[in-house]
Amino acid sequence: MRGVLMTLSETSDVKANRLSSADYADNFSDIHPPLTPHEALVEADRCYFCYDAPCMTACPTSIDIPMFIRKIQAANPVGSAKTIFEENIMGGMCARVCPTETLCEEACVREIAEGKPVKIGLLQRYATDTFMEREQPHPFARAASTGKKVAVIGAGPAGLSCAHRLASLGHDVVVYEAREKAGGLNEYGIASYKTTNDFAQDEVDFILQIGGISIENGKALGRDVTLDQLTADFDAVFLGLGLPGVNALGLEGEDAAGVVDAVDFIGVLRQAEDLSQLEIGRRVVVIGGGMTAIDAAMQSKLLGAEDVTVVYRRGQEYMNASLYEQELAQTHGVVIRHWLMPSSLNVSGGVLTGITLEKTELDTGGKLVGTGELVTLDADQVFKAIGQTPDAGPLAGGSIELEKGRIRVGDGRRTSHPKVWAGGDCIAGGEDLTVVSVEDGKTAAESIHKALMA
Amino acid sequence: MADLSTNFLGIKSPNPFWLASAPPTDKAYNVERAFEAGWGGVVWKTLGEAGPPVVNVNGPRYGAIWGPDRRLLGLNNIELITDRDLEINLREIAEVKKRWPDRAMIVSIMVPCEEASWKAILPRVEDTGADGIELNFGCPHGMSERGMGAAVGQVPEYIQMVAEWCKQYCRLPVIVKLTPNITDVRYPARAAKAGGADAVSLINTISSIVSVDLDSFAPMPTIDGKGSHGGYCGPAVKPIALNMVAEIARDPETRGLPISGIGGVQTWRDAAEFIALGCGTVQVCTAAMTYGFKIVEEMTQGLSDWMDEKGYATIADFQGRAVPNVTDWQYLNLNYITKARIDQDLCIKCGRCHIACEDTSHQAITSMVDGVRHFEVMDDECVGCNLCVNVCPVDDCITMVEMTEGSDPRTGRPIDPDYANWTTHPNNPMAKQAAE
Repeated sequence: MRGVLMTLSETSDVKANRLSSADYADNFSDIHPPLTPHEALVEADRCYFCYDAPCMTACPTSIDIPMFIRKIQAANPVGSAKTIFEENIMGGMCARVCPTETLCEEACVREIAEGKPVKIGLLQRYATDTFMEREQPHPFARAASTGKKVAVIGAGPAGLSCAHRLASLGHDVVVYEAREKAGGLNEYGIASYKTTNDFAQDEVDFILQIGGISIENGKALGRDVTLDQLTADFDAVFLGLGLPGVNALGLEGEDAAGVVDAVDFIGVLRQAEDLSQLEIGRRVVVIGGGMTAIDAAMQSKLLGAEDVTVVYRRGQEYMNASLYEQELAQTHGVVIRHWLMPSSLNVSGGVLTGITLEKTELDTGGKLVGTGELVTLDADQVFKAIGQTPDAGPLAGGSIELEKGRIRVGDGRRTSHPKVWAGGDCIAGGEDLTVVSVEDGKTAAESIHKALMA
Repeated sequence: MADLSTNFLGIKSPNPFWLASAPPTDKAYNVERAFEAGWGGVVWKTLGEAGPPVVNVNGPRYGAIWGPDRRLLGLNNIELITDRDLEINLREIAEVKKRWPDRAMIVSIMVPCEEASWKAILPRVEDTGADGIELNFGCPHGMSERGMGAAVGQVPEYIQMVAEWCKQYCRLPVIVKLTPNITDVRYPARAAKAGGADAVSLINTISSIVSVDLDSFAPMPTIDGKGSHGGYCGPAVKPIALNMVAEIARDPETRGLPISGIGGVQTWRDAAEFIALGCGTVQVCTAAMTYGFKIVEEMTQGLSDWMDEKGYATIADFQGRAVPNVTDWQYLNLNYITKARIDQDLCIKCGRCHIACEDTSHQAITSMVDGVRHFEVMDDECVGCNLCVNVCPVDDCITMVEMTEGSDPRTGRPIDPDYANWTTHPNNPMAKQAAE
């Protein structure tokens, strides 16, 4: 009977409910469980309280790491969290998503001494989680009102960080956010197992506790508000637009069923109430070499995909995903293949059946070229994670200078427009890290404050 | 294999590790287990007078301080002497000694400071077949309020008097256990010697409050909202004990008086240090109360291994070797010049040496050289204090190096190879002038 009815599309195996409900719960629980109080004390004792600590220098937000660790040691985790929040109001999320192995923990003198840095990320999480669990009052009070109003576009890490610092300095802030929820990538773009129990929204609520910030959801720049209008209505504007677009493969069949943007996949997964209802292919290929690719691959595996392969067009040393995350994916059964670039999507009856890749190499001039050798991987789904792109549309024709589509900023994250600042992934030279976005927002807020109070 | 056997006042034991008079030696059951584990001897927990025994609190008896991984660093107790009937204790002492003839069995005693009380109990103890007695003049809590324990140990005349009674009414060797809760331990030691005591043991516990509960505002351990000072022991007290032992060992009036060393002995190494300062045996309590009796294996084997490595055949071969090197400050060689040296290959650049020196000492360590994070000693500022060595988290990264030639860059003075101390220093108004 099956033979009679079989069409080519039925060779595709994309379905929901691959696992038992216990497996879903297990797979998407906290991947790095928090430290217990005793573990935190023991780990905190490993910190040497370095002079002019290298970890602090390595932190994009310059958190006073030795001090917050010493406060944990001194049985003052709430005070420790305040030290963290002073420099990084998203210290809780950064503790979960920062690639600490290339930031503070790489700089830790114990990494140099013994290859075992103090677990700064986990200690930061211990402090900030304890603060949240104990339902402490908001640690910062607002300065007297300045009577100034600032518009922030985008309620992601950059925008919220900027809004919080501005509010604490006494300014009133309106945040315009295109999506339904605030949080940006924290809410839509990070693997579920890194931020469980709706932490992103808890953190947004925590940030808003300072007062003086209102968020207008469903308001997109260019569609619902314009920059001209905002610069006229507000004393200053901060752009934290993120990277709303995604790169396309530019191959035929890209609209076939089974070809999916990894960013969308991650976003849908984060918003899903019932993971068992999410469809996932039996064989999944992820194109790309960044954190998005790894997150998509890991979560495919965790949703029950049998074969998950990440393909990247260059060697491992060029991958943007941290080595730690790559290894984590590999231990979960994800295969990472290098020096392969997409050549064609194999589609039958509008449905993806596989992807053909061409082997690559660097030519004598160091340019990436195909070797002509082809490899075909059967696939029920292909996730595209080949980079996100800025959307300069709402800024077009204005006085904001761009650089390859991203916003050019100077000192204090000031754009070429005298009333506009910008930060986060949308600015030129951005590092696509939550913690860097937080720093951008904070720096811009201080600069805006200085300009408004001058 | 080194010979660990000891002969202390004629009391023989297979090794110098005795259990101190304390909860681990309160009854036959515990002492049997200790001997099975290999302890060389015990000092049976302090006996009081015949009649109704003392009572202990029924709330917590101990308080402590810990390292971050709950490693016990100091222990405080408010337990009193044995709260078991005298007759039971005496019977058990006799039975255990009979079963373990090769182990040292010392009996600790504390009765009121009256001749009749001592006269009454001493023959009873002697009858058990015990090897010696230890006079508990040390307990700083509870019993001292009743004129016993530390209350006696703080008055040299009482020490001498009771020691004399004990020598008069008892044929057993007499060890006087000293309290550290005094200003100069040499006076009670001299009094013990003057009273005819055969030895001293020290230190007993130090009066202490280990912590205050910041919710109930009461000292720990807290008994129904109140606390009382206790006796402090464990690793934290070892430096105090070593000094007091050394004071007695090198005091011309008590030199040669046998000493049983007590205070924070946790490992073979601690024991070796006490013995090097003149002790004939060591007594252990907190380590056993923390880890159980098995630790004696590490202690005996560690001491034996070290002695083999150093070529010491017997305990006597190194006993007291450190005593001549303990001196008064005024005799230290002021011409001995050292400078700290940082091994750049070992340095992990934590900067603790720099900030300790910069903030609190002599501004003699760099933090930045040619724009690079770099920690190096400036000899022209370094006074050789050793603080950097002590705060450095890396073994052997910073060492003190003696200057033997040239001149000290700090003072500009040439290195003088001759010994010279404060007693002859020109800045000393009391300096002894060299004969014309």
